[in-house]
Amino acid sequence: MKRIYLDHSSTTPVDKRVFKEMEPYFLEKYGNPSSVHFSGQEASFAVDQARQRVADFLNCRPQEVFFVGSATEANNIVVLGSQRKGHIITSKIEHDALLEPCRYLEKNNVEVSYLPVNKQGIVCLETLKKSLRPETFLVSIIYANNEIGTIQPIKEIAEIIKEENSKRKNKILFHTDAVQAVNYLDCRVNEINVDALSLSGHKIYGPKGIGALYVKRNFSLNPIIHGGGQERGLRSGTENVAGIVGLGKAVSLIKKDNQKTLKLREKLLQGILTRIKDVKVNGSLEERLPNNLNLTFKGAEGESIVMALDQENISLSTGSACSSKKLEPSHVLLALGLSREEAHCSLRITLGRNTELEEIEKVIEVLPKTIEKLRKISGR
Amino acid sequence: MKSYYTKQAINRFMNPKNFGRLKKADGIGEVGNIKCGDLMELYIKVDQRVITEIKFHTLGCAAAIATSDAICEMAKGKTIEEALRITYQDVANKLGSLPQVKIHCATLAQEGLKQAVLDYEKKK
Repeated sequence: MKRIYLDHSSTTPVDKRVFKEMEPYFLEKYGNPSSVHFSGQEASFAVDQARQRVADFLNCRPQEVFFVGSATEANNIVVLGSQRKGHIITSKIEHDALLEPCRYLEKNNVEVSYLPVNKQGIVCLETLKKSLRPETFLVSIIYANNEIGTIQPIKEIAEIIKEENSKRKNKILFHTDAVQAVNYLDCRVNEINVDALSLSGHKIYGPKGIGALYVKRNFSLNPIIHGGGQERGLRSGTENVAGIVGLGKAVSLIKKDNQKTLKLREKLLQGILTRIKDVKVNGSLEERLPNNLNLTFKGAEGESIVMALDQENISLSTGSACSSKKLEPSHVLLALGLSREEAHCSLRITLGRNTELEEIEKVIEVLPKTIEKLRKISGR
Repeated sequence: MKSYYTKQAINRFMNPKNFGRLKKADGIGEVGNIKCGDLMELYIKVDQRVITEIKFHTLGCAAAIATSDAICEMAKGKTIEEALRITYQDVANKLGSLPQVKIHCATLAQEGLKQAVLDYEKKK
C-alpha cells in the first residue's frame, strides 16, 4: 500500500523539476565557483542565476541574498552575527533554531525578552511595544509557526519597529524566520517590511542542506564561519552549487495555490470533528497556514497516535520533527496555555502540494479507530 | 529496514492483551512521569500472595503501553515476592530492547507494579 505522507512541515520531497536541474552540477558542471577557468565560471553563473531567482521571489536585490547551509544557520547568523551586547526581542513560539542561539547569548550578557502569545497563538503587539528598550538591537518573530501554523502580524510589527527606528541612531534589525511561510504567504520583503529573512530549501520541495538569508543592504552582519570569504564574506565555505541551483528552481516553482490545500484541510478537520469527540484545535484557524492542523485528542498520547498510524502507512508527527525524540512537551503548545498533559496528547498534520483527496479520506477513516483504541487503553 | 521500536514492542503496543480495570482490585498502583507525560494505573488481585489477575490503564507513548502490557503478563501467576524481583531490564528484554530515551517506560512499569503491591499490603 502506498504510504500517505502528511508531515510536510518536517520536510518535503524534492520536486522532479528541481532534481533535474540539480543533476548536472554533480557529475558534469562540478567546478568551484571561485575558480577563474571555464568550469568555475559555469558554476559561478549557476549560483548567480539562482540568487536572482531568490531575489525575484523576495523582491529584493540579488546582493541582499546569501546562501547558507540551512535555515538554522541563517537564524544563527542573524542572532550571533549581530552585535553581542544589548537586548533581543523574540517570541515564545520560535523554532529552536532561533531560541537556542538566543539562549546562548543570554549566557553572554545579552538580555532576551520572549514575547508571550494569546490563546490563538498570535504575538501581542502591545507587549512588543512595551518590551522595546534603547539597547534593543534585534527583533525576530517567526512568520508562521512550524507546529501550529499560526501567522504572525509581521507587517504590523514592522510598522512598530519602523516608528521606533525613526527615533534612534542605532537601528533595530527586524528579522523573520519564514521557513514555513514561503509556500503560502507573501514574502516580498518590501511588502512585509522586514530587514532580514530566513528560508530553507527542503521545506519548499528543494533539497536538504541549503538555506538562504536575506539581509537588507544597509544592515551588516558578522560571519559566524570564517574562511575563504565566499558569499561576500558572510558565509565562507565552497558553495553548495547543486543545492543552490535546487533552491533557486524550488522558489521559482512556488505557486501559492492556497485554496486547494485549504479545501482539503477543511474536509479533514470536519471529518475528524464529526467522527471523534473531545478534540481541540490548537491555535487560530483563520490566521493559519492552509496546510496545518494541530489537534489535541483527550486521553490519547501524541507519540502513540503517530506510531499507531505509522502501522497503517500514514506518516505524521506530534510537533516539530526535531523534538519528537525529546520527552519534553512542546514549548509552543505550553505557550498557548495548554497543560502538559494536553500538550502531550497532540498531533500535527501538515498537507503538501501533492496531497490528494483519497489520502485525506483514508485518514478520516483510520484516525477515529486509532483514537478510540488508545482511549480504551488509557481508560480516559 | 531500521525501525524506531522492535517488532515485539510494536506488536504489544498494537495488540495489548492486559488493558482494562479490575473492579475489585486488591491493590492499585498509580504512577506517572510528569516530564514525559506518561500516566499509568496498575490493578492487581491477590490470592494467598499470588497475583491472580493484573490489568493496566496507560496514557502514554507506544513504549509505555508496551511495557505496561509486558509487566502484566510477566507478573501474572507469580507470588508477590517473585513479581517484585522483575526489573526494568527484564521488562525491556521482554520487548527485545527499547530505545535509550524510552528506558524510563520500563522503569515506570516496574514502579507501577511496586506501588500496586504496596497498596495491597497497606489495605490488607
